[in-house]
Amino acid sequence: MSSKKDPERPAPPKSGFSRRGFIRGVGIGGGALGTGLLENEAVAAPAAPVGPGPVPITLTINGKPMKLSVEPRVTLLDALRHHLDLTGAKRVCDRGTCGACTVLMEGKSVYSCTVLAIDAQGKKIDTIEGLPVNNPVSTAFVNNDAQQCGYCTPGFVMAAVGFLKEHPAPSETDVRTGLCGNLCRCGTYMGVRKAVVQAGQAMKGGTNG
Amino acid sequence: MANPDYSWPPMDKRKHIGKPYKRLDGPQKAAGRAKYTSDLNPKGMLFAIYVHSPYAHAKIVSIDTSEAEKMPGVKAVHVPDTMKAGTEIQWEGTEVAAVAATTEELARDAARKIKVEYEVLPHLVKDGDLAKAGSHAKAGGEGVTGDPDKAFQEAEATSEGQYGIPVINHCCLEPHGQVIQWIKGSAADGSQDQVNAWPSTQNTTGWAGSIAPNLKVPVSNVKVKMDYIGGGFGSKFSADAWGMMAAELSRKAGGAPVKLYLERAAEQMIGGNRPSAYAKIKLAGKKDGTVTAWQSESWGTGGFPVVPGPPQPYVYTNIPNIRKVHTGISVNAGQQRAWRAPGNQQASFLTCAALEDFAAKIGMDPLEVFKKNAQYSPPARVDTYRYQLDKAAELAEWKKLWKPRGTSSSGPIKRGLGIGIAAWNGAGHGSQCRTVINPDGSVSVEINTQDIGTGTRTIITQVVAESLGLQMNQIKLVIGDNSLPPDNASGGSTTVGGVSSSSRKASMNALMKLFEAAAPSLNTQPENLEAVDGRIRVKGTPAKFLTWQAACRKLGTNSISEMGANVPNQAAAEKLNTGGAGGAQIADVSVDTETGIVKVNRYVAVQDCGLVVNPRLSESQVYGAIIMGISTALFEERVIDDATGRTLNPEMEFYKLAGIHDIGNIVVHMDIRPENDSRGIVGLGEPPAVPICAAISNAVANALGVRVPDLPITPERVLRAMERKGES
Repeated sequence: MSSKKDPERPAPPKSGFSRRGFIRGVGIGGGALGTGLLENEAVAAPAAPVGPGPVPITLTINGKPMKLSVEPRVTLLDALRHHLDLTGAKRVCDRGTCGACTVLMEGKSVYSCTVLAIDAQGKKIDTIEGLPVNNPVSTAFVNNDAQQCGYCTPGFVMAAVGFLKEHPAPSETDVRTGLCGNLCRCGTYMGVRKAVVQAGQAMKGGTNG
Repeated sequence: MANPDYSWPPMDKRKHIGKPYKRLDGPQKAAGRAKYTSDLNPKGMLFAIYVHSPYAHAKIVSIDTSEAEKMPGVKAVHVPDTMKAGTEIQWEGTEVAAVAATTEELARDAARKIKVEYEVLPHLVKDGDLAKAGSHAKAGGEGVTGDPDKAFQEAEATSEGQYGIPVINHCCLEPHGQVIQWIKGSAADGSQDQVNAWPSTQNTTGWAGSIAPNLKVPVSNVKVKMDYIGGGFGSKFSADAWGMMAAELSRKAGGAPVKLYLERAAEQMIGGNRPSAYAKIKLAGKKDGTVTAWQSESWGTGGFPVVPGPPQPYVYTNIPNIRKVHTGISVNAGQQRAWRAPGNQQASFLTCAALEDFAAKIGMDPLEVFKKNAQYSPPARVDTYRYQLDKAAELAEWKKLWKPRGTSSSGPIKRGLGIGIAAWNGAGHGSQCRTVINPDGSVSVEINTQDIGTGTRTIITQVVAESLGLQMNQIKLVIGDNSLPPDNASGGSTTVGGVSSSSRKASMNALMKLFEAAAPSLNTQPENLEAVDGRIRVKGTPAKFLTWQAACRKLGTNSISEMGANVPNQAAAEKLNTGGAGGAQIADVSVDTETGIVKVNRYVAVQDCGLVVNPRLSESQVYGAIIMGISTALFEERVIDDATGRTLNPEMEFYKLAGIHDIGNIVVHMDIRPENDSRGIVGLGEPPAVPICAAISNAVANALGVRVPDLPITPERVLRAMERKGES
């Protein structure tokens, strides 16, 4: 995704069927595709070009402004991991496939490997480090042994947090669709199904984390 | 005095062993706080990026690093001695050079500036057709048992089929790599070279020894630490070329720590794979289902070096008449590594598919054929397999749901059931452990093992708490550091037996020392004491006791520090751990004959593993093995282009892993019976991962009425098989 805004791009249709709307509608777990950036891009004013060297940016992470200097090509994931030592989000596929890097942006789950750090400025970003260790979702993962090596787990937990915000009382069937944007190699899906349902019950539809 | 009694307490007396504790490192991992070595960012760390060969077979003409060395932020460029003009590269992804720079982006820019000129050579990357392998095929000798010719002549029935199981990737989510720092010694102050390494490894004990000789640094100067690993599955045992490369870069950069992890495409190409196996198999037998002869011609590849084929026939090893020949094929593609039960998935698939086809040929229920021929498994396992097959059939509702091939329904959706079986050893590896009991009552346990996600931390803690009569939270366990007593690699499902036995013995040895300190106060001999519920008490007189704290105070100022060792050839006599795990599994699938899509309805696994230390974690191992197996049976295959020699699916959007909606319902039955428990602990990571390809392929054959010969069973392959069925 380019950070350069395209003034030529036509305004999105006000209603009816659009490709963007379709992508948003693909699975309740397609969150990473359907969030803020794509929608806002079309209406934002053209930005002044920056880079290619490091540029100072401020990211709002877990409620706190954090200043750092990154090249414009640095993804939000690499900014978190390499510049801020926030390593809960993992780099596995680096191509928006596996969900191990999931964070919340403006409350919705995104693959942080598909967002540029400079484009994340001004957005509310929540990483797993912003949750207490014993938050209800992580606790449900522990209680249902929904992890083995654990490398995919923080991404799953954040995807579940985002999913539960929109689907506070999911069934196991809902979870099978809603969490399909995350992959695990050890094979912990049986536990994940139960954990997300239980986390929803534990939070009784209240706020997450 | 005599050694303490190390044997496990009886099933009904156990306080911690056999209880479904949650994994102890679960909260740290599930909250993203656990630091994997790929998460480490030590001060001054450099990022390294590899240059890989884009060609499957080529000769290096020249390597020019001069421009890269001048790039901003670059601190070191390294080309291994083995990579020079004339070096012949045998697979795509071969590591030619690497750059370390202050940021990953700058390292990537610089790596692009390294100019490597290649002379491209002809390659062979496909292994499915033996006739096309030419000089790349290396035939092994023919193995003959009994008189197969006579058996085939006299057979009441014969069946034949061709089957293929492809190369797949380990696809560890945390790629191979490490952070490493090589600090040069100085003649001026007499200091020696020091290497600090934080690898992602299944072998924190052996890792240093796998790199030290190449670095020419004493092993004792290589410090290795690892708290967590993001998956290995058999592919992460040694320091590998990337360990050496990162160390060289660190040395050249004046001792700065260097992070070098394979990028995803490289991870898939060179980070390990499971060898393929293809076979034409004929069976001869009687109409009552008894197999009398086996004949197989098989081939497959494990990469450029030729590797042996899978063991055949599998489990039914004592079929009286056998003729088999295997041909290894050398291809220009990344090398195989141990893949969660090496050779066994291929073997189980080939054998069970052939057996199911034989059952279909004679019109017999395959469950009965598998049970009848269990007579050919090792004698000690015959009854176990029959029990497990019956148990799996019961849980899968075999009697109700199984129908003869292709007769499940007249509509487009066909349902089928299929069987797979497994065998594994899994006896504990050599392991040493130290248990320390301190005068203040604290207990620490030290062992250089690794928890690869199996729950090793939790299991050791359960064993020690059981042995000392304490609570889990009173035990402090330290692992993953090569200054601790050596354990061994987590491979072959050997860890649980090894660490449980060594920690049991170390703890019982330490406890005996505590008994010696406490006995005078209780007016008895040490051997009359027992540790139960936080008390050191006199056997038979529980009212005579010291609390754990009071007993430890008798130590004065000196701690107890005792070792315990698992010695593999003594372990069986101690009844702490043994080998030999079996399992039977049944897949229940639906196949849409119009789209070719296979869905798993239910998957049943019955698995024994001796004494089960933690049923929750055991079940997770079985669930995980099955989910991984479903993924391999339906989705996974390394695809290399014949014309260009390039891997077509080295990224995860095209190398397909099963997702949470792809796996159906899984039913796990741990075969916990006294006769299994009495065998001691047996490893579990691998056995349940063996039969899935077999069971699913057999279920699909049962559903369709025709075998889909090659895995993975993609919609395209289902439709092609249906076409062939229509033609015949």
